[in-house]
Amino acid sequence: MKSIEELKAIKAKMADKVAVRSSTGDIRIVVGMATCGIAAGARPVLNAFVEGVTAAGLTESVTVTQTGCIGICQYEPVVEVYEKDKEKVTYVKMTADRAKEVIEKHIKGGAVVSEYTIGAAKI
Amino acid sequence: MIRSHVLVCGGTGCTSSGSQAILAKLEEELKLKGLEDEIKLVQTGCFGLCALGPIMIVYPEGTFYSQVTPEDIPEIVEEHLLKGRLVERLVYNDTGAEKKEDVAPSLNDTTFYKKQKRVALRNCGVINPENIEEYIARDGYFALAKVVGEMTPDDVIKVINDSGLRGRGGGGFPTGRKWSFAKASVSDKKYVVCNADEGDPGAFMDRSVLEGDPHALIEAMAIAAYAIGADEGWVYVRAEYPIAVRRLQIAIDQAREYGLLGENIFGSGFNFDLHIRLGAGAFVCGEETALLTSIEGNRGEPRTRPPFPAVKGLWGKPTIVNNVETYANIAQIILNGAEWFASMGTETSKGTKVFALGGKITNTGLVEIPMGTTLREVVEEIGGGVPNGKKFKAAQTGGPSGGCIPASLIDTPIDYDNLIKIGSMMGSGGLIVMDEDSCMVDIAKFFLEFTVDESCGKCAPCRIGTVRLLEILNKITDGNGEMEDLDKLEELANYIKSASLCGLGQTAPNPVISTLRYFRDEYIAHIVDKKCPAGVCKKLLSYEIIADKCKGCTLCSRVCPAGAITGKVKEAHVIDKTKCVKCGACIEKCKFGAIIKK
Repeated sequence: MKSIEELKAIKAKMADKVAVRSSTGDIRIVVGMATCGIAAGARPVLNAFVEGVTAAGLTESVTVTQTGCIGICQYEPVVEVYEKDKEKVTYVKMTADRAKEVIEKHIKGGAVVSEYTIGAAKI
Repeated sequence: MIRSHVLVCGGTGCTSSGSQAILAKLEEELKLKGLEDEIKLVQTGCFGLCALGPIMIVYPEGTFYSQVTPEDIPEIVEEHLLKGRLVERLVYNDTGAEKKEDVAPSLNDTTFYKKQKRVALRNCGVINPENIEEYIARDGYFALAKVVGEMTPDDVIKVINDSGLRGRGGGGFPTGRKWSFAKASVSDKKYVVCNADEGDPGAFMDRSVLEGDPHALIEAMAIAAYAIGADEGWVYVRAEYPIAVRRLQIAIDQAREYGLLGENIFGSGFNFDLHIRLGAGAFVCGEETALLTSIEGNRGEPRTRPPFPAVKGLWGKPTIVNNVETYANIAQIILNGAEWFASMGTETSKGTKVFALGGKITNTGLVEIPMGTTLREVVEEIGGGVPNGKKFKAAQTGGPSGGCIPASLIDTPIDYDNLIKIGSMMGSGGLIVMDEDSCMVDIAKFFLEFTVDESCGKCAPCRIGTVRLLEILNKITDGNGEMEDLDKLEELANYIKSASLCGLGQTAPNPVISTLRYFRDEYIAHIVDKKCPAGVCKKLLSYEIIADKCKGCTLCSRVCPAGAITGKVKEAHVIDKTKCVKCGACIEKCKFGAIIKK
């Protein structure tokens, strides 16, 4: 180790890898991963969120996690976004591509993608 | 892409309750479910809640599972890792509050962790101790970089001085002052030494730091070396700590590989390297001069002080000897500043202290609390209280060198000076809780037996005096004591204290002195009434069957190894006291509570 820059480089490289353990994110993205969710394709959605958040360098502030069945199995894969002091947003019938869109517009841009939310879903 | 980390405790406590089997099973199950690319397995150091081991924690949710068995693993993988449903029955959620639906409580809200403040243990249970990069990710080695890059040795000593850090090994000597003495000594060669010869019965603070965060020690020793002008260090650790020794060696090798040990560290021209010396587990080698003698390759015996090690230590060269936990605070003080550290604790004791909770307490384990926390908070809140509805009687701190704190002083804020004032001491941090079933004379005897065994024999007061003390205690617990024995105990204890060569002998009578001070009535009960109030001292006990309660089931007479119980079926039985060996087997078997000891 010849300089503090080398040390900083290692820290930067590792930051994403250990951030998951601090779980202090201001935004929580929760993917429904019960049997119904998995059957409807929640796994690629979850992976798309994990990859998208990491690629955007947002692991410090955004936590991607999973939960069980929330009871609206016909709308799976269901994704809920919790943000401090804001109302929960529930996205339904998600796909990996929609996940990318949500990261771009909602997580980064702050604008809810209302066409995918439960309110917009046709019953 | 990794989306979740599963941390499994690999400390000695959880390893002995089977965490290795859990890791193996996890690995197998993750493969089976095809999750090995999504879930990362990490083996960490101690989480502290050893009583409920093996422990694992799943991030990002932060779900804390306790007492996990390999049979639980398929369920955890299937339910939690695959489907995102908590396995409720294994979740540790003792918050004292009502549970919220489907959300596991944050670890910091549980009663065990709520009042803790983790400085020395900040990385234990968070990082993989065998991976230097995880330590660096948590600001590891940045303090060393700052010290060698921006600070003079005097700056470093000033920060440590201003922080108010005192030695965590027992004595409580101000660390900055110790360093300044060693810096002031002029010599061509100096050493820094780490005392990891943790020997108090029931204490395992240092082991947990070595196992969970070994780089914190290496970094701090390098900083100390820079401050006093040393280029070589020794860690003296007992060979009974195989996991700690292995992880420390791995950490040293990694630090060398990354150029954080060796020559010209951070291009500053500062050189430092580190060696491990294994001790054979003699208690006296925790005394600093005996420790140095042992590192030199000789029989571990203390030498007279002065000269102190800071002037004439290892191989006659100026040396500082600090305890593991003391070092574990150093990098944090450098990074966060002296004021930050001094803001925690009491007037004369700054920062936090790690305690190993043991004895009659629900949450056996490792806790780190700000100085000034009361004993009541530690025992009743963090420790979960005394189990089985028994009453708290006393806590023993400082191991064989310390003393007892009686229930009447349970609201004492814990710091160096308060403990000394009430006749105990901080010690290295063992805290053993005793309930109404503990006999205080017996406790004094237990610790004295330990020091009699561990006395190195170099000086007469310790070698002979402790044996005489023990003989008097045995006389009392055998029922042959006289009131004048109490005066003899006190007189002899004071002679041993003032005349012994090293700390071992000087503190060996403390358990006797402090139990005499707070529990004199128990000594008197043994001597005058020939009774042991707690029902521990066998020679003073007698077993009896209450005829009214005995149903004549014959269970006790069948289980008695001495054939001391006789009686006919469905008639009250009788114990022949001349044959009774007081083993207690009959009490355990009796379903009617008909047998009593008194």
